[in-house]
Amino acid sequence: MAQEILQEIATPDLEGMECVYERTGNLLGTRFHYCPGCGHSVVHRVLMEVIEELGITEQTVGIAPVGCSVFAYNYMGIDMQEAAHGRASAVATAVKRVLPDKYVFSYQGDGDLAAIGTAETIHTCNRGENILMLFINNAIYGMTGGQMAPTTLLGMKTSTTPTGRTVEVAGFPLKITDIVATLPGTAYVTRHSVHTPNAVRQLKKAITKGFQYQKEKRGTCFIEVVSNCPSGWKMTPIQANQWLVENMFPLYPPGDLRTPA
Amino acid sequence: MSDIRLMKGNEALAEAVIRSGCQAYFGYPITPQSEVLEYLADEGRQRGMIVLQAESEVASINMVYGAAGAGARVMTSSSSPGISLMMEGISYIACAELPCLLVNVSRGGPGLGTIQPSQGDYFQAVKGGGHGDYRLIVLAPSTVQEMADFVFDAFDLADKYRNPAMILTDGALGQMMEKVAFKEYDPAAHKIPKPWATTGKPPTRPPNVITTLNMQSEQMEEVNKRLQAKYADIQEHEVRYELLDADDAEYLVVAYGLMARIAHRAAELVRTKGHKVGLLRPITLWPYPGEILRSLAPRLQGILVVEMNAGQMVEDVRLSVEGRTPVSFYGRMGGIIPSPDEIAEALERMITTTVAHPVEAN
Repeated sequence: MAQEILQEIATPDLEGMECVYERTGNLLGTRFHYCPGCGHSVVHRVLMEVIEELGITEQTVGIAPVGCSVFAYNYMGIDMQEAAHGRASAVATAVKRVLPDKYVFSYQGDGDLAAIGTAETIHTCNRGENILMLFINNAIYGMTGGQMAPTTLLGMKTSTTPTGRTVEVAGFPLKITDIVATLPGTAYVTRHSVHTPNAVRQLKKAITKGFQYQKEKRGTCFIEVVSNCPSGWKMTPIQANQWLVENMFPLYPPGDLRTPA
Repeated sequence: MSDIRLMKGNEALAEAVIRSGCQAYFGYPITPQSEVLEYLADEGRQRGMIVLQAESEVASINMVYGAAGAGARVMTSSSSPGISLMMEGISYIACAELPCLLVNVSRGGPGLGTIQPSQGDYFQAVKGGGHGDYRLIVLAPSTVQEMADFVFDAFDLADKYRNPAMILTDGALGQMMEKVAFKEYDPAAHKIPKPWATTGKPPTRPPNVITTLNMQSEQMEEVNKRLQAKYADIQEHEVRYELLDADDAEYLVVAYGLMARIAHRAAELVRTKGHKVGLLRPITLWPYPGEILRSLAPRLQGILVVEMNAGQMVEDVRLSVEGRTPVSFYGRMGGIIPSPDEIAEALERMITTTVAHPVEAN
């Protein structure tokens, strides 16, 4: 019986049905390795949809990080480079400098962008590199098994803050997006999420703007996506999204932090 | 007509970089190599190069990765502590098989050390330095002329083998002035296609991906096997060295870079006293000219290796001769350049010792 259901899902009978939505051709169709409920696959999909809709698939080069999204290039059907941990924006800087007419984006998590790569993040934004930086903040190191991230909330339990993050031991959550919004090199700094369909639509608009501003050479566009980690947070996907709204948004509220003049 | 100029080693190298068709330079200031960055920031930018002063050597090397991955002819330069910072990135570049030029105008270490010249980075350059099994093609100039010439060679070798190439030199060669003649070099004639580069995916091919990650051990071993096969090919075809006064030599001095010039002078001094001394100057430090050493060793009474370090290349000399002749070492550290006289003394000491205790021929 299970086999029959799987077969039907794999080859559905579409006769007489109208196609109202289909997967973007920019996704390679590889099955995502992300945990159930994780925000990465949604951000991947939205990003690839925008690139397809803007008609810039052939002109775009992406930079993957080290972290859960290290294999982003296995899903995204565009030319990509996989950077060393923390250095995606340095790699993106160079790609954009030598290919100034191409669209370049970097895709990084919180540990990659806001801990080991802080210097590259700040200086890429401060130089105003004409790239789009996507920052997925789920307040934890997912790939290495749930350790504290620079963005981990106070009191939040991780494998390296087993009794909860304290200021005395680990300092404060780093609001890197607020920092880069103060830098004159940035053109567009905004914070979004993917926990509801509406939030996903808003993110899609923001990514579209990010590429448009890149075309206009306005400066660095920086989009934070406040996301979840059901596995690392030890919650169901629904619990994780509720927890995100109640605990992440007070410190990382969605909205624009900087928009072009 | 060649174009002859009087230049500092660092500036001659930088001028050659521009003439080589290098499109982009990413670097960070550090003594004694800052003239490379300064020259390119001025002359290089005026002549169309992308020159970016990065926030660190770590950023620089990752920018080199990005630009090389996008198909550009690209380089960075630094000095010892800065090269140490780049080691992770160099390992990635080697694994991703990205052609580029790295220049180490080395200084005395360990630690912050000194800004005076040293050869203390030999191990780092030829034995790995970064993590994993990889090799750099390492060229060691001994004159300002070669500081310029080897830029063209290093870029061409890097492109030919899709491998990072390093020019390993020192602060004295970087700072000293000599005449230099720039050879004719047409970058367009040396440009090779890079169909693997990430330049935007046309519909006609699958995505190009620059990565060094393989979660499957079997796949990662295949990557390693491919790299090792390439290294064997380089070892077979790209060894370069200079052999001076070796036809009748009973003793051999082995030295590279600036040290080879001083050691040659020392060998000449000792020859005036009737001892037949020759010189081997490795030009490629990797691939190492071990075969010529192996073939010369049986007819030598002894080898003296001279380095500006505590004895690094001497290990490769010993590995090459495999005990067929005694190998002695003389070195100075901390940024001190040995004089011809003190090397000559070391040579005479070695000659006296080996005459007193001759090795059995084997």
